[in-house]
Amino acid sequence: MSESRPQVALFVTCLVDLFRPVVGFAAVALLERAGCTVSVPAAQTCCGQPAFNSGDRADTKAIAAQTIEAFEGYDYVVAPSGSCGGMIAKHYEELFDDDPALAARARDLAGRTHELISFLVDVRGMTDAAAAYDGVVTYHDSCSGLRELGVKQQPRALLSAVEGLQLNELPGAEICCGFGGTFCVKYPDISNNMVGDKTADIESTGADTVLAGDLGCLMNMAGKLSRDGSKVRVRHVAEILAGMTDEPPIGAGTAE
Amino acid sequence: MKSTSPQFKENARAALANDTLQAALNKMESGFVVNRAAAAARLPEFEALRDQGRDIKNHTLDHIDFYLEAFEAKVREAGGHVHWAATAEDARRIILEICRSVDAKTVTKGKSMIAEEIGLNDFFEANDIQPVETDLGEYIIQLRNETPSHIIAPAIHVLKEEVAETFHEAHSHLDPARSLEEPRALLDEARAELRQKFIDADVGITGANFLIAETGSSVIVTNEGNGDLTQTLPKIHIAVASLEKVVPTLEDATVLLRLLARSATGQEFSSYTTFSTGPRRPEDPDGPEQYHVVLLDNGRSSMLGTETQEALRCIRCGACMNHCPVYGSIGGHAYGWVYPGPIGSVLTPSFIGVEDGRHLPNASTFCGRCEAVCPMRIPLPKMMRHFREQVFEQKLSPATERMGLGLWAFFARRPALYRWATGLGIGLLAVLGRRRGRFRALPFAGGWTQYRDLPAPHGKSFQQQWTAKGGRRAREK
Repeated sequence: MSESRPQVALFVTCLVDLFRPVVGFAAVALLERAGCTVSVPAAQTCCGQPAFNSGDRADTKAIAAQTIEAFEGYDYVVAPSGSCGGMIAKHYEELFDDDPALAARARDLAGRTHELISFLVDVRGMTDAAAAYDGVVTYHDSCSGLRELGVKQQPRALLSAVEGLQLNELPGAEICCGFGGTFCVKYPDISNNMVGDKTADIESTGADTVLAGDLGCLMNMAGKLSRDGSKVRVRHVAEILAGMTDEPPIGAGTAE
Repeated sequence: MKSTSPQFKENARAALANDTLQAALNKMESGFVVNRAAAAARLPEFEALRDQGRDIKNHTLDHIDFYLEAFEAKVREAGGHVHWAATAEDARRIILEICRSVDAKTVTKGKSMIAEEIGLNDFFEANDIQPVETDLGEYIIQLRNETPSHIIAPAIHVLKEEVAETFHEAHSHLDPARSLEEPRALLDEARAELRQKFIDADVGITGANFLIAETGSSVIVTNEGNGDLTQTLPKIHIAVASLEKVVPTLEDATVLLRLLARSATGQEFSSYTTFSTGPRRPEDPDGPEQYHVVLLDNGRSSMLGTETQEALRCIRCGACMNHCPVYGSIGGHAYGWVYPGPIGSVLTPSFIGVEDGRHLPNASTFCGRCEAVCPMRIPLPKMMRHFREQVFEQKLSPATERMGLGLWAFFARRPALYRWATGLGIGLLAVLGRRRGRFRALPFAGGWTQYRDLPAPHGKSFQQQWTAKGGRRAREK
C-alpha cells in the first residue's frame, strides 16, 4: 500500500526535540492528515549544521553518515525546518566528495528530503489543513527554507485557508532575523541589531502572533520580543495548521 | 592598506553605537535593494544573463594567462604600455616611476578600489605628489581623511549634513555664510573645486571595470563623468587593474556591463561607459600622450585552481553588501580592510591571511541573500565556510568555543547517549523555566541572554514523549 500511503520518516530536528516537542507532534498530525504513515527513527540527533558551519568537517561527516543510515528505506524524510531540511537536501552530498558510495546515498536521501510545509503542499497536494485560528498573524520567511528550498508560497497558501485567520504580510519578511545558529552567540551585538530590526517590523504589522517554519529563528524572535516586553506571541506555523495551540506560545510560561 | 580586521568585534560594536552611521545604513534597503529588484524584474533574460556572465568569467579564469598576454599584445599594438606588478609595492613603484618621468606634481584619480588596495594616496603624499580624488564620494572621504566604506558608494556612511560641514572646513576660501543644505549645492561646489584640478593634473589614474583582450581596451563606468576627464585631460593616463578584470571580447564585456549596472544601482546602464584604447592618435582631437596599464596580482594568481577561485569572478557591483544584513548593521569600515561585506569576507582572508581575517567569514548568518543576488553567482556562503574550516583546522577560534563544539559533537555522534543526556538536561531546564517560560540569564548562555530571553523547554523531549506513547520507530513493512 506504500503507493497510496507513503512511508514518511520525521526528522524532528534537535531544537524541536528539546525545546518545542509540540511542533513535532503537529508535524506528525499534519503528515497523517496528508495520508502518510509517520515513523520517527530513534538514531537521529541533529543534522550537523553547528559543526558544518563552524568548519568542523570531520564531525559533520560523522553526523551526516549516521543520519543517512538512520533514514534509509523511507519514501520521504520530512523536517519541520527549512534549515535542517536544506542541510540534508543541499549539503550532505558535498561532504562526501572523497567517498562515492556515501555520496550516492547522500544524493538519494537528498531527493527524498523535504521541509514540512512545502512537502504538504507541493508533494501531497494539500490545499487546506482544516484548521481554525481566531487572530491576526504575520509570517517570517526563514532564510534556508526560502533560498535553498523555495519555501515561500506554500505556508501562505495553507494559512489563507485557515478559518478565522488574517495574515498581515511582514515588511522585510525575507531579511534574516539574526539567528544564524552559533552566529547569534558569537556575534551577539550584530545579531541583536538584526533581531531588533525584525521585531520592530513585526510590531508594525499589528499581528498578535508571528509565525515561521524554523525554531531557531522563532526562539530568537521570541526571546527578543519578550525581553522588550512585547505582547506579540510566537509559534511555529505547524502549530497553527495542526490546530495545536493549547501549549503556551514560545517563550511564554504557564504563569501567563 | 593596514588592516583592523582582527579587531572586527570592537569595530562592529563601535559601528552599532554610531547613530549617524546607523541613520545612513538604514537608507540602503529602500535604495539599492529596491532599485536592483526593479531593474532585474524589467529584464526578462536577467537570470540567463547571470549564467552567461558566470560562464564568461569561468572560461577566462581557466585561460587567464592566454587572455592577459593577448591583452598585453593589443595594448602594445595600440601604442600603450603594460606593466606587471606582482605585489602592491611593485605597483606603487611602477606608478611612481611613471609620474616622476613627467615630474608630476598633481595626479587626478578616478574611483579605484585597486588604488585603495595598494594604498596609493598615502604613498603619493609621502613622495610629494598631490593625489586628487574626482569621484564625488571619494572626494568627500579624501577631505575627511577616511577610507571607502562601500565599493561603489564610498561615502555611504556620511550624511549630507556632515558633507556640508566638511566642505565648509575644506573650502575655506569660499563664503562661510553660503548655504550647503541642498545636495545640488554640494555637487556644484565639488564640481567647481575640481574643474581646475582636472586641467592642472599631470597624470590621471583610473581603475578599470574590464580589460578587453580582443582590443587591448580598458573600460570604466561612472555616473559623474569624472573618470573621462581624469583619463583624457592629463598627459598620461594610467589604468591600474587587477588581473581578473580581463575578459576575452567586446561582446563579453557588454554582457557583464548589462549585469553590472543593474546589480549595482538598478540602472540599465551607467551614465558614462568609456573604452580607452592606447594613447591619443594623430587624428584624435584629445586624449593622453601616454597610456599605461598596471596589472596587479597581489595574491590573486595563488587563488587560481583553489576553492577560492570563484571569488575572482567578482565584478565589484556591491550587490552582496547592499543586501547583507550584517553589512547593513555595521557598515563597511568595521570589516577592517579594503573590501567589506560578503565579498570582503572572502577576499580579506585570501589576501591578508586567515588568522587576521578570521572574524569576517565567521560573522555571517549564512542567510544566502548575497549569493541570491550576486550577478556572477559566486557561492559566497560556501566560500566563507571554506575559511571557517581553515580557522577550525588551525585552531584559531577561542578554546572555549572549540571545546563546546567538541562536547556537543561527542554526544551528537552517539544517538542513545545523546537522547539520555539531552533528556536529563532538558528536564532540568523545564522544571526551572516552566512558570515563566523563559530565562533572563543562564550559565554559559550569556551570548544569548545578554540581549534576549531564552525560551524554556516545556517538559520532556519529543523523543521521550514519542517513546512513552509507543510511537512508530521503523517503517511499515
